[in-house]
Amino acid sequence: MTDVIEPTQTGLQVPEVPTGEPHGHAGHEDHGPSGILKWLTSTDHKVIGLSYMITAIAVFYISGIMALVMRLQLASPHSSLLSFSQYNALFTMHGSLMLYLFAGPFAFGGLANYIVPLQIGAPDMAFPRLNALSYWLYLTGSITMMLGFFVAGGAAQFGWVAYAPLSSATSSPGAGPDTWIMALVLTGFSAIFTGVNLCGTIFYLRAPGMTMFRMPIFTWNMLVTGILILIAFPVLTAALVMLFCDRHFDTHIYTAVGCHLVNGLPMRSCGSPLLWQNLFWFFGHPEVYILALPFFGIVTEIFPVFSRKPVFGYKGMVFATMSIAALSTGVWAHHMFTTGAVLLPFFSLLSLLIAVPTGIEFFNWIGTMWHGQLRFTTPMLFSVGFLFAFLMGGVTGIMLASPPIDFATHDTYFVVAHFHQVLIGTAVFAGFAGLYYWYPKMFGRMLHEGLGKWHFWLLFIGFWVTFMPQYVLGLLGMPRRVASYPSNLGWQSYNIVSTVGAFIIGVSFAFLLVNFVVSWRKPIPAGDNPWDGQTLEWFTTSPPPHHNYTHLPPIRSERPTWDYNHPDALNVPHGKAAHTNGKTNGKVRAGV
Amino acid sequence: MKVESLFLLFLGLFFGGICLWYWFWGYEDGGTMMLFGATLLGFLPGSYYFFWHRRFHGHKYFFWGRIKAAGDRPEDRDDAEMADGAGDIDSFPNSSIWPFVMGMGAFSLVLAMVFGVWLAFIGIPLMITALTGVTAESRRGGDI
Amino acid sequence: MGTANSSFLAGFDSVGAVDPSLTSAPPDTPESPGRRHKSARRRLAAAGVVLGAILLGGCQLPTFGAYKGSTSQARSTFHLWQGFFIAGLIVGGLVFLLIVWAVFRYRKRSDDVPVQTQYHTVLEIIYTVVPVLIVIGLFIATVVVENKVTAVEPNPYTELHVYAFQWGWEFQYDNGVKVIGQTTAAPTMVLPTGKTVRVYLRSYDVLHGFYVPEFNFSRYASPGYWTSFDLHVLHNGVYRGQCTQLCGLYHSLMFFNVRSVSPAAFQTWLHTTGAFQRQHPNSIGQLPAGIHANINGTAPGYSGSSGNTGNS
Repeated sequence: MTDVIEPTQTGLQVPEVPTGEPHGHAGHEDHGPSGILKWLTSTDHKVIGLSYMITAIAVFYISGIMALVMRLQLASPHSSLLSFSQYNALFTMHGSLMLYLFAGPFAFGGLANYIVPLQIGAPDMAFPRLNALSYWLYLTGSITMMLGFFVAGGAAQFGWVAYAPLSSATSSPGAGPDTWIMALVLTGFSAIFTGVNLCGTIFYLRAPGMTMFRMPIFTWNMLVTGILILIAFPVLTAALVMLFCDRHFDTHIYTAVGCHLVNGLPMRSCGSPLLWQNLFWFFGHPEVYILALPFFGIVTEIFPVFSRKPVFGYKGMVFATMSIAALSTGVWAHHMFTTGAVLLPFFSLLSLLIAVPTGIEFFNWIGTMWHGQLRFTTPMLFSVGFLFAFLMGGVTGIMLASPPIDFATHDTYFVVAHFHQVLIGTAVFAGFAGLYYWYPKMFGRMLHEGLGKWHFWLLFIGFWVTFMPQYVLGLLGMPRRVASYPSNLGWQSYNIVSTVGAFIIGVSFAFLLVNFVVSWRKPIPAGDNPWDGQTLEWFTTSPPPHHNYTHLPPIRSERPTWDYNHPDALNVPHGKAAHTNGKTNGKVRAGV
Repeated sequence: MKVESLFLLFLGLFFGGICLWYWFWGYEDGGTMMLFGATLLGFLPGSYYFFWHRRFHGHKYFFWGRIKAAGDRPEDRDDAEMADGAGDIDSFPNSSIWPFVMGMGAFSLVLAMVFGVWLAFIGIPLMITALTGVTAESRRGGDI
Repeated sequence: MGTANSSFLAGFDSVGAVDPSLTSAPPDTPESPGRRHKSARRRLAAAGVVLGAILLGGCQLPTFGAYKGSTSQARSTFHLWQGFFIAGLIVGGLVFLLIVWAVFRYRKRSDDVPVQTQYHTVLEIIYTVVPVLIVIGLFIATVVVENKVTAVEPNPYTELHVYAFQWGWEFQYDNGVKVIGQTTAAPTMVLPTGKTVRVYLRSYDVLHGFYVPEFNFSRYASPGYWTSFDLHVLHNGVYRGQCTQLCGLYHSLMFFNVRSVSPAAFQTWLHTTGAFQRQHPNSIGQLPAGIHANINGTAPGYSGSSGNTGNS
């Protein structure tokens, strides 16, 4: 059951593969089991990537419906739609599903799994069976998480952050919290394996000529994400194991029981609830960038293609991504400013500094569009939507990096609005931009553009209608994670607007489902390169053959397919681009 | 290998700096330990790649010792042709049931932590079977 | 915010939740002139150093949705918020305009392949250095304000120990006076206006968040260690507070009030109140009886039945 992969050749000839293996060779059509057995046994990164994406999107829809139910509850101050415990369980599961089981796995398990080997000219991921195991751990992790709803006592109710000591056995008894912990242990291992796989693939399986500084930005970002996963997820898994021990083996790692006060301070030997926060956020903040960087990568693929230009400031982009990753491990306690027990200026400075590389990425995206020929297809629309959403989330993020402002708004709806704008900006706008963008590559058929545009515009409108009122609510002092609120504070009108917006978002995602059905029933053939793509994945067929490539173009820049399709792009006369004034003396290059 | 190694060494260096800075400013041991772990995570693979980078360039151990220089890998050279990568890339399994079996084993083991030990009696055999299977498959499957 | 405030006061007074001695010192409404104006100007002078960005007349700037702050610390935070908001508005607005311009100006006009510009070193350096400078400015402002907000006076007027528990609050004063209340029976913390009060905060069980929106301040009440901060309330009034950190089932109902009165009235209250101050329900908001139908399990009763309900 093993293929020996021969490197593919330049030019158009299919390499002959003289091996003694009885089970087929590189370049052959898909083989091995078919049907359900194919999905169970395949170690092909494309099949695994698709499985990941399908599961992640299912999780996304389930979790989105939870959000709608919660918004309904909040539309009136004392709604009797949900009980307090149901509400607490819902927001816990909504957050956990979206953050651990949708946004991350959709990006690094789904899109990256599918696209990264294609972009670097690799036949598969470096460790295909580990890759498959990683998917099965992710799937079973998702199932375990949702099992929480079916056990006695219901799902976990301590929020996606599971702050100790609320997550202790006394405050959160029952099997629900245990399933939550175990789901994350599974998912954590799954993510670690994917991280290893991504790094291994990118370091060892690049095609000849695909140097590190010729890799597409998406691949770069996935490499950085892989490293961040390796930094962050082991900490989470360790913290969860300790939490489980606290709950069942009486270890008191996160409880302050047994502490003796000396001069008003706890002795250093006792358990500490703060330890959980430290461990969790040491995972949690890199996790935020694990959820952001892949999506930065996606839009960085899309802007150049639909502007018909190269990425502006490619190297700056790479260094910005690396700086974000580097800084992101030094900012974890900005989630803990209000504990009164962290070093404020250190974390404040590092958090504020992240704005700089993020700003560089922003200007590079704008620079990519500048003087381009923008085609507003659905992926491009979603990417531009991402820019606006992330701009708003980023600006409010800078505010929250300042401890005094964080004191004033911590755990209010201001923060809720902030991180929803960031995460919907990345995981939803950019994530679905990626889906629209690479769908033709995956299936050889297009998604319907008209439906896609409906999807985008409804999502865009709903997004602002939902979250802008939440900033106001936060400034008025409405705390997050409340199932009811006083009726005489004037909060209800804002909440109603927000609920309406949430339902607009809900409707927009119905269009995506319709779009899937339409593309299934009435396929629009895509061809190999429908967008005039620039990176290597557009060189192969759609969908790519088993082991991806029968031949490769020469790789002489970070966009080999463009060079291959536009050998004369250098010949564009400067005069023809009337907007080029004398001061723009940027290097002009294309092709070889 | 150069870019790979420098990339990781840079991260390690940065984390190391942050780690020291944090320790001497905050005297907080938990965060310092985690930053120290991150530092190692940069340095260990970073120095491994650096070792190979040096060896490709004729240095046996980092900066001393001589060995025949093999030159950069094709994927590290700007001017590499596809033919430079000739030869087997690696053996890739085409399909395998064992990851699925192992996943189910892990699933049962994890559920055993929540719902009772009896599930481990399903999980452990599954894990053992899968581990054996995957090892045997690798041995059969060629030069992995 | 004005309407919200007056409705608190209305609700508060009609129930008459606090000791009658307080009624002799009617709270200033936030709109009252005099003291407020003077202190505002003093604070402004201090904040002017902080916010060189706001050149003059910080008070005339819009509030940008935030509370102006009813403590001296909150005022500093508020001015910092104004500074950050303006900076955000300028930078965010600029980027917004750039995006809009790029999107509308460079729509596809022809099939020509545009000039393949890939680098512009000068431009890239500029948009790296300028944000660094902005960040340094914001950081300096942050540190100055943060030092003010977290500063503790060596000799506070009085000290107050605040315990949070599921799902209520206990305020202990120096002389043993305790105010306890939970869920719908929100307790009231009485503070002297114009004096610095040291608050020691701690939790009996899980994490809670001590949050008073108009103080622009929140702090976790955590088991295992004390955390402390100073409050210097600027004028008399009633301010609502609420737990912000998820603390279990009735997190949504964990309210309290802060009532600031003149130091004289504060002393009267402190010395005429018994060792245990029972609070009346519905001192905040109108939580209708119907809300209990919504709660499964036993609703916690009003406080006072067993004294300290915290399980330490």
